Amino acid sequence: MASLFQRFKDGLKRTTPTFYKAFSKAGSLFGGRKIDASSLDELEEALYSADFGVETTEEILEAVREAYKKDKELRGLDAARIGASVLERVLEGSEGRIDQLTHKPEIIALVGVNGSGKTTTAAKLAKNFQDQGKQPLVAACDTFRAAANEQIRTWCDRLNVPLIASQHGADAAAVAFDALQAARGRGSDVLLLDTAGRLHNKENLMRELQKIRRVLGKLDESAPHHAWLVVDGSIGSNSIQQARVFHESFGLTGLIVTKLDGTSRGGAVTGIYRELKLPIFYVGLGEKAEDLQPFSAKDYARAVFGIEEEIR
Amino acid sequence: MFESLTDRLGSTLRNLRGKGKLTEENMAESLQEVRKALLAADVHFRVAREFIERVREACVGQEVLKSVSPGQMVVKVINDELAKLLGEGSTELVNEKPLRVLLLGLQGSGKTTFAAKLAKRLEKEGYKPALIACDVYRPAAIDQLEILAKDNGFLFYGERDQKDVVGISKRGAKWAREQGATAVIFDTAGRLQIDTELVEEVRKVRETVQPQESLLVADAALGQEAVNVAKTFNESVPLTGIVMTKLDGDTRGGAALSMKSITGVPIKFLGVGEKVTDLEACHPDRLAGRILGMGDVVSLVEKAQENIDEKEAERMAKKLETADFNFEDFLSQMQQVKKMGSLGGLMKMIPGMNNMQVGDREERKMKHTEALIQSMTPLERSNPVILNGSRRARIAQGAGLQVKDLNALIKQFQQMKKMMKMMKGGKGRKMMKKFQKGGMQLPEGGDLGGLGGMKF
Repeated sequence: MASLFQRFKDGLKRTTPTFYKAFSKAGSLFGGRKIDASSLDELEEALYSADFGVETTEEILEAVREAYKKDKELRGLDAARIGASVLERVLEGSEGRIDQLTHKPEIIALVGVNGSGKTTTAAKLAKNFQDQGKQPLVAACDTFRAAANEQIRTWCDRLNVPLIASQHGADAAAVAFDALQAARGRGSDVLLLDTAGRLHNKENLMRELQKIRRVLGKLDESAPHHAWLVVDGSIGSNSIQQARVFHESFGLTGLIVTKLDGTSRGGAVTGIYRELKLPIFYVGLGEKAEDLQPFSAKDYARAVFGIEEEIR
Repeated sequence: MFESLTDRLGSTLRNLRGKGKLTEENMAESLQEVRKALLAADVHFRVAREFIERVREACVGQEVLKSVSPGQMVVKVINDELAKLLGEGSTELVNEKPLRVLLLGLQGSGKTTFAAKLAKRLEKEGYKPALIACDVYRPAAIDQLEILAKDNGFLFYGERDQKDVVGISKRGAKWAREQGATAVIFDTAGRLQIDTELVEEVRKVRETVQPQESLLVADAALGQEAVNVAKTFNESVPLTGIVMTKLDGDTRGGAALSMKSITGVPIKFLGVGEKVTDLEACHPDRLAGRILGMGDVVSLVEKAQENIDEKEAERMAKKLETADFNFEDFLSQMQQVKKMGSLGGLMKMIPGMNNMQVGDREERKMKHTEALIQSMTPLERSNPVILNGSRRARIAQGAGLQVKDLNALIKQFQQMKKMMKMMKGGKGRKMMKKFQKGGMQLPEGGDLGGLGGMKF
């Protein structure tokens, strides 16, 4: 399995020269050249361009400035290492893992705003579990959007994972309830709930999520065992607000960051982690099921700063 | 740190207003704040920097203030520069029949939903719309578009067993012509702007169907990436417009600023909800005002004009003048307001009100108010004085609410009436002054049922 870093790099290769420059602007800076005021400006721009936001950007810049003060001979590559280590430190503890399943079925609810990639992620996750020898079941709880059922059905057929679905317009909580009973009947190991996209500031739709939790609670008080927010990696600082509100009203346990195969660096997710300390379980690096990869803070930090030679 | 752009600018400018005189130092400081605010709102780094430079230059060039306060001047300069950045001029679609519109964008930006919204709007303008499904990749994308078309009675064309998008678009265009469609909308698959193969595909579709409009559909919450997306798409498929979606969220549209400024392509529409009618036209200068928090009164008025029955509005105005206002009027006014869209959306457009959070809670309160009034007899509605204890108990039960809810409503109603009487009398002017001084403030515990009493 290719590493997160490798995937990131492969993704980078497909990007336009403009962007490659942005990061290796860092590049020119991260090469052998000595640091100066203008290269610090470039670093600042590269960090903002990756959506890291004021806080993380300032922290990284501060560390590089500090080092520069002590050592006027500081080279670009040193700055990159410093940046990567600051980022890695900021992201300490952010790697979410499910080492073993402690419930049967282990219930994972995927939530998020419209178009963040929940359905695609649900199918890919199911496939991942299946490949690990587990029995997954997907529940189509998006009963609102036109043809949402057909979409998840096609995905599940394609990846050969089982699905429970109901009618368009059905009660999402009822679908979840039925799916949990079905999962128990079948002896499934993991139940994945694919919920409808909703903007976080729509209180009524957020209450629908709470209802899913309440209704599932009738069968299993601790359900869902995981509530993951699916975040589009190309979204800016609003994803922090998304996470904040979803967390407050639904009680998140983690994140999945999608669409990192483009030129986005998903820096806003660092902001989410800073504030809410929600671990990142997977990152989406491409269209195939195996492109959904466990998150590694180290690989991510190094990929962001283009430090290659130290990657194993 | 991550408040919306408007909030940030709002607080900066408030500080400035208190400072009395605009000096080099405090201008630099506030421009720095504005820059931070722009960055926090996801405006692209370079765009933000250039914007600040422009503002700085504009300020330096200007003579020291005469009659305006320093705060006002900075507001004006920032507003002007923001408007310039967003571009002036028409943001309407080409007025031709038949009209062909190509939609493209990243995955999950909302193209298919927008396709239906655009069809609805064009239908209202006298076109006969047809939707052509050109997304052969995303599972059930064709179904989604077909359902949306069927629900709204639009023509629809799709080929489920075909993968040749260029062929589909060609046949779809021909079919639509034969059906007498005058607006043909091509919904393409989501794609990364760097996916050369798929971008080539959409380029070929464009060559084949020769659309007058090629619209980039983009999530308003896009981060710094917005610049790359707009720039790269625009280089391969010359765009004629940008559509910002999901603006009913709480993002402030920094991406719009970035995309417009990098490509020069006008922003033509704003998606503001899940319903097929939740689409707004976008005027760059107004968007600037909205971002700045100066409200979008013009578009509010327009919206009100579209929905409010002229005669009804006139009748209501008379009622308000004479302060002869009862629950019946209250109800009908509230229903008029509701027709204009969500309260939250409306409030954002009123200057000074955009800091106010109007969420589902207020919408719910309005529903309660409606239920209470609807539980009254016609006599009770026109003669609130007769509402005694037993009538109140009956009404509350009928509405599924508590008597105290009804009491609160009656009290609020009486306050409104009193206020109207005062406005009518000589005290009105004095009160308005007081009102302006203290800013707009809702009455204590004020639920927005009282919005019905506001004149737009």
